[in-house]
Amino acid sequence: MEAFTTHTGRIVPLRRSDVDTDQIIPAHWLKKVTRDGFEDGLFEAWRKDPEFVLNDEAYKGGTVLVAGPDFGTGSSREHAVWALQNYGFKAVISPRFADIFRGNSLKNGLLTVVLPEQTVEALWELAESDPTAEVTVDLERRKVEAPGVDAEFELDENARWRLLEGLDDISLTLKNDDAIAAYEAERPGFKPRTQPV
Amino acid sequence: MGRTLAEKVWDDHVVTHVDGEPDLLFIDLHLVHEVTSPQAFDGLRKSGRSVRRTDLTIATEDHNTPTLDIDKPIADPVSRTQLETLRKNCADFGVRLHPLGDDDQGVVHVVGPQLGLTQPGMTVVCGDSHTSTHGAFGALAFGIGTSQVEHVLATQTLPMAPFKTMAVTVDGELPDGVTAKDLILAVISKIGTGGGQGYVIEYRGEAIEKLSMEARMTICNMSIEAGARAGMIAPDETTFAYVQGRPHAPKGADWDAAVAYWKTLRTDDDAVFDREVVIDASELAPYVTWGTNPGQGAPLSQRVPDPADFDDAASRLAAERALEYMGLSAGQPLRDVAVDTVFVGSCTNGRIEDLRSAASVLSGRKVADGVRMLVVPGSVRVALQAVEEGLDKVFTAAGAEWRHAGCSMCLGMNPDQLAPGERAASTSNRNFEGRQGKGGRTHLVSPQVAAATAVTGRLASPADLSENADAEPAGV
Repeated sequence: MEAFTTHTGRIVPLRRSDVDTDQIIPAHWLKKVTRDGFEDGLFEAWRKDPEFVLNDEAYKGGTVLVAGPDFGTGSSREHAVWALQNYGFKAVISPRFADIFRGNSLKNGLLTVVLPEQTVEALWELAESDPTAEVTVDLERRKVEAPGVDAEFELDENARWRLLEGLDDISLTLKNDDAIAAYEAERPGFKPRTQPV
Repeated sequence: MGRTLAEKVWDDHVVTHVDGEPDLLFIDLHLVHEVTSPQAFDGLRKSGRSVRRTDLTIATEDHNTPTLDIDKPIADPVSRTQLETLRKNCADFGVRLHPLGDDDQGVVHVVGPQLGLTQPGMTVVCGDSHTSTHGAFGALAFGIGTSQVEHVLATQTLPMAPFKTMAVTVDGELPDGVTAKDLILAVISKIGTGGGQGYVIEYRGEAIEKLSMEARMTICNMSIEAGARAGMIAPDETTFAYVQGRPHAPKGADWDAAVAYWKTLRTDDDAVFDREVVIDASELAPYVTWGTNPGQGAPLSQRVPDPADFDDAASRLAAERALEYMGLSAGQPLRDVAVDTVFVGSCTNGRIEDLRSAASVLSGRKVADGVRMLVVPGSVRVALQAVEEGLDKVFTAAGAEWRHAGCSMCLGMNPDQLAPGERAASTSNRNFEGRQGKGGRTHLVSPQVAAATAVTGRLASPADLSENADAEPAGV
């Protein structure tokens, strides 16, 4: 995984709540067997509307998506994270994320930042009045800074460390191989196995 | 202090615990399907890893599979490639697979329980958010992303952050004509699509204890629509009776040992939940959604709400957008909403009891002119059972289409989709914009409401039919 330390970029204001993963990447895109090439599927249905924010020239090249509460609800599709990254987003800010989406994002180095609704509103207003305004998302200092906005955010220390170091979860887990084997040896015999019976 | 059911199951699966780090949990069962696994198997190949426990892993094909002409090559080359990729991956890594055409093929969350692989007290994961279904057995079951699928394949464990506990207690009895689907839609409307975020929900109370296993699966299935990490119901005699005798159920002395353990899996009397929600079952009624997320629902007897009546700005804006997308007006009676399509199926409502329920309403009646009704069993076994009971004949006699098993129109990855602007009453789990096809409009309903709606062509419950019903005898 690519490490995330700090990122500065322009804001894309997405004034919507309950942005579900079917909107982020519609199901027909999930037939692909790769982790890339999803950028054209990002918000595919909404992008058909010329008024949609991603179609606004002023926000082209923005890398920090700022959305309303309950971002990433619904399906477990990691393709939603890949689509955001393939398109060029480095971070998403929302007052609340769905759990699975958040887990997926942190495993791929897409930083998801939880900020209060009033801070999200301030970022929206900033981007709408000045689309060239930049925001800095600093994971080391756990801060989001933009003109008129200076907010701290929380992220559990372990997740933060993994992101800062760009660590591969599987390698970390396999350091516990002895513990896993010991657990396996003690599992009750009545637990089912999948081999045909 | 006592522990909740979720905490007990969690504690029994901790491989390593270090303060300040996620617990490493052992995974008892890993269910795999074609959509969220290809990149995970690819990752294993790139790093030269194998599947640690093929004996705790099982795969089936469901999301992409067609429900017509299944003996012919799949028309969509991209879907075909994805299924072929799963077949190659399962062969290369030694994972048991039930492909299209096999008697044990079907929606992954229908297949696990019917094989007896889902049992109380287990940890179950799958690269699919509706893995919460398996919580109906008192298992701790999580939907995971593809990186986690790779992690479980390689290590049979997952690092998991701690959770909060929520009790949803449903007191009293469900009135006649009110189903598990109505109950869970009412719960989601009450707590909202983010209300369960960070929580494992335990459903309890008299109304829950009286539910069949299949109804309990419907409830737990939709926990994710309230944003919960998982949903659970304590195992009891209903659970044990359902598991006993299934192909992978414990036998002999193992059965006795298993049941003795399963009986310990109840929340202690002195355990404390982080949040408690209480619902009076007797106040519930058939429920339908009017909006574009599963929390935007109301009793069928009510009217489409007025966005102006919502307290907070985000909900108001969301309701305005939803009504525009759904082509509905505030104040319109929900019973006046006419549909083009009715879908009965999915991991939420595609089991045999759901088909029986829909068939009992349709028996001796006809699907309204201009309405298309698809009945898609959740698995081949469900389909075979339905045929044995003659349910397929009831559906086809009424003018519905009897299809092959799979996820089908729940998410429209196969050819079963809504056309733009088309409106459906659907027994599935998500009414998101475009979920069932680009521009399609979805009302989530129970199988009974779906069948009654098919008959009248407008959102309806079976009670709406009794006066107008044709006097033909039941055909089952």
